[in-house]
Amino acid sequence: MDPSDVPGAPRGPGRERWLDAAAGPIVRPYAVTRGRTRPAGEPLDIVAILVATGRPPAEPGRLSRHQRRLLALCRRPHALADLASDLNLPLGVIRVLAGDLIESGLVDVQRWSTPVSPTGQPTMIQPHTDQNLLRMVLDELRAL
Amino acid sequence: MNSARSRTDGVAQGSAGGRALSTGYDAPPASDDAGDREDGPRVALKILVAGGFGVGKTTLVGAVSEIRPLRTEEALTDASIGVDDLDGVAAKTTTTVAMDFGRITLRDGVAIYLFGTPGQERFWFMWNELSRGALGAVVLADTRRLMASFASIDYFERKGTPFVVAVNCFDDADRYDPPEIRTALDIDPHVPVLMCDARRTGSAKEVLVSLVEHALRLAGGSR
Repeated sequence: MDPSDVPGAPRGPGRERWLDAAAGPIVRPYAVTRGRTRPAGEPLDIVAILVATGRPPAEPGRLSRHQRRLLALCRRPHALADLASDLNLPLGVIRVLAGDLIESGLVDVQRWSTPVSPTGQPTMIQPHTDQNLLRMVLDELRAL
Repeated sequence: MNSARSRTDGVAQGSAGGRALSTGYDAPPASDDAGDREDGPRVALKILVAGGFGVGKTTLVGAVSEIRPLRTEEALTDASIGVDDLDGVAAKTTTTVAMDFGRITLRDGVAIYLFGTPGQERFWFMWNELSRGALGAVVLADTRRLMASFASIDYFERKGTPFVVAVNCFDDADRYDPPEIRTALDIDPHVPVLMCDARRTGSAKEVLVSLVEHALRLAGGSR
């Protein structure tokens, strides 16, 4: 049935629409985030790596089914894109769910830091500009 | 145009709080290489594969990695602009977009993520997110439709994203030399232009090697 036939269904520009047949079903994905479309903190990068902290949830019953699956996957580090693919949920939904887990201290974002710096302190060079990392990637790619 | 770039860069720097890892990729343990790959990625690098429709983006990604499906949606990307107004969200349309990505797992938990980016302008919201903090981009070109590459090249030049131009050599297309392509596309002399066959793993790998070499040069390292 066309959703617009349902009495009270949203009409006009606010209605969800299909872009392409290949885009897959629109199941009102934000139902699983209780309507929230924004994560609690900064938006996570598509390849941000998440890993469970190992802390037990304070109220396990309050975690949704998807959050429990997310948490289970994060026992091993997972990139956001992998989590979205594994759980077959849109990236934005994963962002919100993961944001909750980060807020409650159950999941951490892995930060990249280079091992050496002139001051002896870890530097926060971004991975994509880290020359040592790029050299290693180059060697590995050539050897593949 | 610089202001737009610095704005998005600012978002990238301020990612959510996490812990810093001490790293040790200079001294990899050779023995547990396989086990290392099982442990999941420790650091992920993004590479975009851009180009016109049907130019072979998915083919190239598939030639060097296992393709995985990913759903994303347009409404969310408005969040990345930094508008923090939930009232507006309710009125926005949610458009689900399917895209593919591939992952190459290297040693020491280093993973490369390849994203084939839809070329049409309506998908450019995704490019902003993908290009932020990206290692670089491959612009795939087809000599029969060189103009389809212009938008991608302009975009990466503007963003300052390292990129190479890889001409996918279709069997029935006329052959040109890289210098001819460079002239036709008006590409800066320092940007690598190479011919490839996106179906072949070795060829696709060469394209990635060329890109990483280029990114390394731009990052100040030699090679």
